[in-house]
Amino acid sequence: MNWLRILTIGGITSYRALFGWTSPWILVPSLLVAPLGQILLFAYIGRASGVGSDAFFVIGNAVQYSAMPCLFGATSTVVGERLQRTLGILLLSPAPRLALLLGRLLPVLLNGVGVALFGYLAGSALLGVPVRVGTLAPVALAIAAAAFGCTGLGLINAAIGLRLRDTAVLSNILFGLLLLLSGADVPLDALPPGLARISGWLPLTHGLAAARSLAAGGGLADAGPALLAEVLLGVGYGVVGVTLLRLLEVRARSAATLELA
Amino acid sequence: MTRRALRLVAVTWWLQLRMMHRSAFDGVMQLVWPMFFATTALLIYRVGGDPDALTYAALGASVMTIWTAISSSASAILRRERGFGTLELLVAAPAPFALSVASIVLAVSTVGGYAIVATLLWARLVFGAHIAPDQPAVFALALLVTAAAFAVLGFLLSVTVVRYRTVWALGGALEFPVWLLCGFLVPVALLPAWVRGLSWLLPPTWGMRAVRAASAGQPAWADLAACAGIAAAYCVASAWLAGAVLRSARRHGTLSLS
Repeated sequence: MNWLRILTIGGITSYRALFGWTSPWILVPSLLVAPLGQILLFAYIGRASGVGSDAFFVIGNAVQYSAMPCLFGATSTVVGERLQRTLGILLLSPAPRLALLLGRLLPVLLNGVGVALFGYLAGSALLGVPVRVGTLAPVALAIAAAAFGCTGLGLINAAIGLRLRDTAVLSNILFGLLLLLSGADVPLDALPPGLARISGWLPLTHGLAAARSLAAGGGLADAGPALLAEVLLGVGYGVVGVTLLRLLEVRARSAATLELA
Repeated sequence: MTRRALRLVAVTWWLQLRMMHRSAFDGVMQLVWPMFFATTALLIYRVGGDPDALTYAALGASVMTIWTAISSSASAILRRERGFGTLELLVAAPAPFALSVASIVLAVSTVGGYAIVATLLWARLVFGAHIAPDQPAVFALALLVTAAAFAVLGFLLSVTVVRYRTVWALGGALEFPVWLLCGFLVPVALLPAWVRGLSWLLPPTWGMRAVRAASAGQPAWADLAACAGIAAAYCVASAWLAGAVLRSARRHGTLSLS
């Protein structure tokens, strides 16, 4: 029971703190207007260059933008606590780490799914891209897999936050790499071969491919391997993230750099 | 008086520039972040296979980078001063507040200037975009005027949002719409008719047209004049707004609390 309380109440409190305890309207410019802007920008670039369709760019950028809350939110699990001077207290508390971590990551993941779904629906409506109602649930599943993968990567970023002061820069760079290499805007076969190889090992790439297939009316059986790859990558990144968190926490404690990084 | 004003601009510009060089976010990110978008756009245009379109995108991508620096940094200038505890001092100082803010925005624009050069080199060396302006002097002047127009927009943005606590989110949200509206990567003619009216109201739209015209060896002076003229009008409006917003903030005691 206590485990569940820490997970839910701690998670919700931490999520509110992500936005500086201000009104939820802060979500509007950063997580609703900005993704729509990105979708429109690339859809029009596609029209101007004659590459891809509106549908390609709408779903590509909507799913890719789920990386924004997932990367930044997951990173804030560490950096936000340090800024509030609560990181040391949190690490010293007897609260189970898994409940603390999951409580902080779940709202972030759900936020990523919400942002991507909003971008997909609003972008489609603005650009006149038809959305089949029957595909919404499978697409949401693919988005959830992609958001899961990004949250795993965000956890690694969070761990690095124990050593690096300016994690916002790293989060932005990771977001940029995902934009460039995940196939959101540039078809994977148009990437230089070296970059295309890296792309397969990044979160989002497989989830995005699955989302495109499902949005086009493909079945779960067709998108299954891509979904599985995305989830496995997410688990892999998550395990690396948790391990790094543990290692760097021990190091930060022994070197007394928890608050100094 | 003029000498004092010039000294204020120079000292503030240099001080802010040095501070930004010490910040990974203000220094490095303003170069790297727009480069991701520029590279993505250039890759899409390369798939299209039209070398002229690639040059079009390369020029636009280089100029749009400056807006990244402005929208994210300039919008948060006064918030940062508030955080440092220097906003009240800045307001109370005998030096004109608008001039101090404008000098800070100028420093931000300078960092954006690096991004212009870096993106042009990137497009030329990595993508082989043909960038050889037919009128180099006019091209350079058009870039400078466009950068100044961006600085004016940043000035307006920074004073408009002085009483908005979560201004950091607003700056980021304005990045893409301005990239789209000003025709950096997509011709304005492709946008819906009602949007085009907004595009013409933004001075960088005209600056971008001048940059493209100078690059292609076409007359650029009319576009350049339009850019400078609209930017001057924005500057006057911003200076007036700065005074009005400050008077209101002082009257209501919200300068540091908002």
